[in-house]
Amino acid sequence: MSTTPLIEFKNITKRFGSQIVLDKVNLQIYEGQVTTIIGLSGSGKSVLLKHIIGLLKPDEGAIFFRGKPVSEMKKSEISSSLRQISYMFQGNALFDSLNVYDNIALPLNETTYLKKAEIDRRVMARIEQTELTEAIYRYPSELSGGMQKRVALARALITDPQIVLFDEPTTGQDPVRKNAILSMIAQYQRKFNFTAIMVSHEIPDVYFISNRILALYDKKIVFQGTPEELSNFNHPFNDEVINSLESLQKELTGLYSQRKFKILNHAQLKRGETGEDYCVVVFNISDLDAVIAGLGHDTAQEIIHAMGLYIDKHFGAIGGFSTRRKTNEFVTVLPYSNITEAGKIMNDFVRDFQEQGISDIWKEAQKSAPLDKCIDFAIMAGIAEGQPVAEIDSIIDLAKSQQKEIGRLRCDAKE
Amino acid sequence: MAVTESNQPHRGAEAKLSPGVFLARPFAFIGEKVINWINVLGTATIFLCMALWKTFRPKQFSKVVHQVYYIGASSTTIIILVSLFTGMVLGLQSYHALSQFGAVGGLGALVSLSLIRELGPVLTAIMITARAGSAITAEVGIQRISEQIDALHTMRIDPFRYLISPRITASIISFPLLTAVFDFIGIIGGYITGVMLLGLNAGVYSHSILANVDMKDLSDGFIKSIVFAIIVATVCCYQGYFVHMRKDSHGAKAVGLATTSAVVTSCVLVLVSDYVVTSLLLI
Repeated sequence: MSTTPLIEFKNITKRFGSQIVLDKVNLQIYEGQVTTIIGLSGSGKSVLLKHIIGLLKPDEGAIFFRGKPVSEMKKSEISSSLRQISYMFQGNALFDSLNVYDNIALPLNETTYLKKAEIDRRVMARIEQTELTEAIYRYPSELSGGMQKRVALARALITDPQIVLFDEPTTGQDPVRKNAILSMIAQYQRKFNFTAIMVSHEIPDVYFISNRILALYDKKIVFQGTPEELSNFNHPFNDEVINSLESLQKELTGLYSQRKFKILNHAQLKRGETGEDYCVVVFNISDLDAVIAGLGHDTAQEIIHAMGLYIDKHFGAIGGFSTRRKTNEFVTVLPYSNITEAGKIMNDFVRDFQEQGISDIWKEAQKSAPLDKCIDFAIMAGIAEGQPVAEIDSIIDLAKSQQKEIGRLRCDAKE
Repeated sequence: MAVTESNQPHRGAEAKLSPGVFLARPFAFIGEKVINWINVLGTATIFLCMALWKTFRPKQFSKVVHQVYYIGASSTTIIILVSLFTGMVLGLQSYHALSQFGAVGGLGALVSLSLIRELGPVLTAIMITARAGSAITAEVGIQRISEQIDALHTMRIDPFRYLISPRITASIISFPLLTAVFDFIGIIGGYITGVMLLGLNAGVYSHSILANVDMKDLSDGFIKSIVFAIIVATVCCYQGYFVHMRKDSHGAKAVGLATTSAVVTSCVLVLVSDYVVTSLLLI
């Protein structure tokens, strides 16, 4: 990581009339990372983002771009800096009078002298990548919210920008589609290696794709750091913002947030000290990238969602508690169980899973998948006994090292 | 100047105003309005100059052609309809007035000169304001409130070049053409009433037009239509482009008010400028 931030705010203050929206905000954004700004609605996240792209000017303070103050840059330098940035609006800001193709082609048509064939090639490539081939000649008003988001994303990426700003890219989407959009952003960020700056409420899903989190609270940035560091951040922000968003997530998926999971696990450790056993099971969905490539982000998210619900349904009933640790990784703690008992529970789970679970998950996945397509994928699981003094991460690593395939969707068997 | 401990207004402040300050209030109010008006006039002038300048940038031709179709060609039907009945009514009224003096032979001249010098440019401008001007304000206004104009900024596309300039240029092209259509159809309307319905000799009607209408009448009419085009297009685009800065409302309501304001302001300015331009052309 470069030591000079790509973008830096120093004591930025912004007022609208007498109302202060940003008050001496300081932040750093580094190149090549996914940085997510989280905060309550109306806390000024979009205002902050609009300062980066130059749509708003600060009343006080300085913005630095690659270490140089923007206020001291020449007009041509500012213009060339801004040319590297794309912006995906919260409301998409698609042109109602243009169809999907023309919306995506607009920046190339208006700001470059590329030949029509080259523009066509680039636009068609983006349309295919964002799974919009069927909607190419449709107008924004004829598209679903998810498709409009994908058109906005395709338009933001058409100029191959080095920095992309996403203003609440998942607003108004259902939980599966929210994760599909985040997954798509993460995939493109890895593929094109741009710096992503995102405003989002999707906790904990944004943690899986973010390198850094910035917390905007009471008109100031109160936290900058990794998602892991945020879980140890002791501040009213955690109680007011993170907790409320995490409880919503639990209601939607049945899975605990990582922070809640750690608290529950801490209780297990205490029991462990008094001689009570517990076990950790780690589940992974393998070949998820192949599923995304073959069937799309929506299908992949349906599989993840269905898997989460299946795990919670099975283990939640017997007192287990689970969390999603990475995009395709789930961790379940089985309290009051030694390795032999946990092994028996797992054997029951595996038998049910092979008989019914995998086909149930595929049925859910088919809600978004094209009916004529199928991609093989496997579910891996590993089990390890909890140690009173050991950190949960080391037990998870131990369980992962024990993983073996517990179920596989075989497309040839379905045919 | 005396400085109070607090700058906050307090009860009884009104009562403490000296008679001088109280009497000066209406003048302050008028002064503020005049300064605001001059401010808007200056901004609109810069707005117009920037739009005209950006007409000559690359990739503008197709946008201007598209807007000429939208503002001009699509307005042809309504212009034909209005001009036909305007000419017919003018022919009817004028015939009866002239017949009292035994001067019905001058009907062609009266109808054609009224249309070419005044009614053609003015009514064309008002009709286009109602049809296309209001649509321009609403379209640009919605693009503003739905962040489409901000999106243009972020894509490094100049909104003036992309949205405003083609509309103003297309108006400058369309207004004179539609005025010509209005004049021509209006004269035919006068012919229908005067010749076909009231029995005036067709040769007399035509000769009266050819003998009395000269090139200056036509050019004056077209100068007016260009002035009206600039006024209508600038007012309508300006109201839509700055809809977010309205203090009286926000969002969709602001777009509605901006559209009403654009139509009313354009119509009033067309009539006011008609008098000013006519005075200047008669010097």
